[in-house]
Amino acid sequence: MDPSNDPTPPTSPLTTSPPMVQLLSPSGERVTDPRHAFDGDRAEIEALYRDLVMTRRVDTEAYALQRHGELGLWPPALGQEAAQVGSARALRPHDFAFPTYRDHGVAWCRGVDPTHLLGIFRGSHLGGWDPAEHGIALPNIIIGAQTLHATGYAMGLALEGLVGTGDAERDSAVIAYFGDGATSQGDVSEALDWAAVHQSPVVFFCENNQYAISVPVDSQTRVPIVQRADGFGLPGVRVDGNDVLACLAVTRQALQRARDGEGPTLIEAVTYRMGAHTTSDDPGRYRDASEVEGWKAKDPLERVRLLLVAEGTSEEFFAELDADAEALGVRLRAACQQITEPDLAELFDHVFVESTVENQQQKAEHVAWQAAFEEVAS
Amino acid sequence: MTRMSMVKALNSGLRRAMEADPQVLVMGEDIGRLGGVFRVTEGLQKDFGDGRVMDTPLAESAIVGTAVGLTFRGFRPVVEIQFDGFVYPAYDQIVSQVAKLHFRSRGRVRMPIVIRIPYGGGIGAVEHHSESPEAQFALTAGLKVVSCADPHDAHWMIQQAIASDDPVVFMEPKRRYWESGEVDLGAEPLPLWSSRIVRPGRDATLITYGPMVKTCLDSARAAEADGLDLEVIDLRTLSPLDLAPVVESVRRTGHAIVVHEAARTLGLGAEVASRISEECFYSLESPVLRVTGYDMPYPPSRAEHDFLPGLDRILDAVDRARAF
Repeated sequence: MDPSNDPTPPTSPLTTSPPMVQLLSPSGERVTDPRHAFDGDRAEIEALYRDLVMTRRVDTEAYALQRHGELGLWPPALGQEAAQVGSARALRPHDFAFPTYRDHGVAWCRGVDPTHLLGIFRGSHLGGWDPAEHGIALPNIIIGAQTLHATGYAMGLALEGLVGTGDAERDSAVIAYFGDGATSQGDVSEALDWAAVHQSPVVFFCENNQYAISVPVDSQTRVPIVQRADGFGLPGVRVDGNDVLACLAVTRQALQRARDGEGPTLIEAVTYRMGAHTTSDDPGRYRDASEVEGWKAKDPLERVRLLLVAEGTSEEFFAELDADAEALGVRLRAACQQITEPDLAELFDHVFVESTVENQQQKAEHVAWQAAFEEVAS
Repeated sequence: MTRMSMVKALNSGLRRAMEADPQVLVMGEDIGRLGGVFRVTEGLQKDFGDGRVMDTPLAESAIVGTAVGLTFRGFRPVVEIQFDGFVYPAYDQIVSQVAKLHFRSRGRVRMPIVIRIPYGGGIGAVEHHSESPEAQFALTAGLKVVSCADPHDAHWMIQQAIASDDPVVFMEPKRRYWESGEVDLGAEPLPLWSSRIVRPGRDATLITYGPMVKTCLDSARAAEADGLDLEVIDLRTLSPLDLAPVVESVRRTGHAIVVHEAARTLGLGAEVASRISEECFYSLESPVLRVTGYDMPYPPSRAEHDFLPGLDRILDAVDRARAF
């Protein structure tokens, strides 16, 4: 067997069993699975490939911007594009996502301008977009906290009667993203339990990228993450997180279960963080180069490209996509420097809906201080 | 006017808020069929259904965390933390999520959540059932914190807190739950973010809130025997603080004593004393004194009568201030 076709990730015994759903091998061949199928046409695969390429471009561009001192920090998503794009493309416009700080591909698929992501890590704002407009909350940095928000949102959907009506335009679901490290947090256990008890329409999507900063997954848990579902009483599915077709198919089914009123699902997407935890990190201290090389052979983009080439996608498609990615890069480089600086005086107005006397007094104090300073300077 | 206990006053306030707005939900441990361990939510599930009055799993972080998600759908959750000492597992959700999401989203997301916490000592309870964590929330920007002191205020303040578009930590003085008072169900309530003079006086100002309001009023009555006329101010709102009546009072009396159950260091009294010194420096005839719980974990209940500020400690502080 060609080692690059081996669906088993080389990292941890915890990721070898139970088997993952895989629909596209690392060498670009379609694989069948008795439980899941991707029934989209080539155009849909091309659209997914486009998302993968653009997500990677956002990521590599942001990484470079950080290295040029334009961003204070960046958490790379390199290697996790398929998990993010596949799952996010399973969402419908009226569904909702609660992401982490690394889910750049999810934000991309929800129509969030990547400039907003740059602004967060440039220190210019704390989010930037309207969650209601895009169907995606602002990224959460406290590990696992957003899984409870998703569960509450899902309870809300159920209370509003937006679940299980059979009306596809109405029935809705929510997805919570989190990493393997987050499964050690109490909030994630509380969310899984609560959602199972209430049969809430929520999909828990764990991107098991093998490391919580430097600590490998087998130091986080003694059982495969997917098996936790059993203990909480909800179905669990393990999927090849580097296979965008499988991630899409599995998440689509889980979201439909949720919309149909059949309750929550835990998905463990087995993937790998190819880069550092953040740009402040040095993964060379905690993992071998050979391990990273092993995962390179399972790259989430390359296998889709091979499939498309084999299925006859034109060279023009790839050339145009390259040009679009390049144009996105150019735009992001320019946009990054034009992100407006935060105005502390304005920020006072967002502490509360109904501002307080103290709040306004401190604002006035700051404005007066700044004005006096500027007078002296001029 | 109707005479009722604070528990009944809160219950009827919750009921009116739920009747007024179908988006109001009540959630917490044991609040449904049991009606809450203090019976504050008694009968609500029967009348509003288990969709609006929810018994939750035993998970404080989840109670607050799911409330956050519910606000994204436009609901106005009122959550009950069963006892003060149980709020800490939810602390992260309260201070990192509830308090910050409006700010983080530059005003696009609202968190109209009320977190009800029965708090304070004096009921002979076991460990973790008598704490006063209000300052830990009052120092968190993005949260508003209030405490009611009598049934009338409890009835109206809970409705106002629920109507607020900002998150409110609602501190209920559990030792006053069963004391009855007059509730004017048709009154125009005081604005929520305001303090009030509950007893006018001219010789010194006692500044307090929650369970200590009654203790301070008792102290003022006792002081009358010595010919002393004490003013008592109920802060009501702990964040934001409404210190205008306090400043006006201290300028008249020249003496200020802050009274609370919570530990002294970095308690509300420290902030109030600091602000009084800024605003009333030339009117003060003595330093601002504090009568508080001590800087120790809440003691075993048989020692709480020595730990909690009582009439004698309060009057002693008044004497020290006036003798300065």
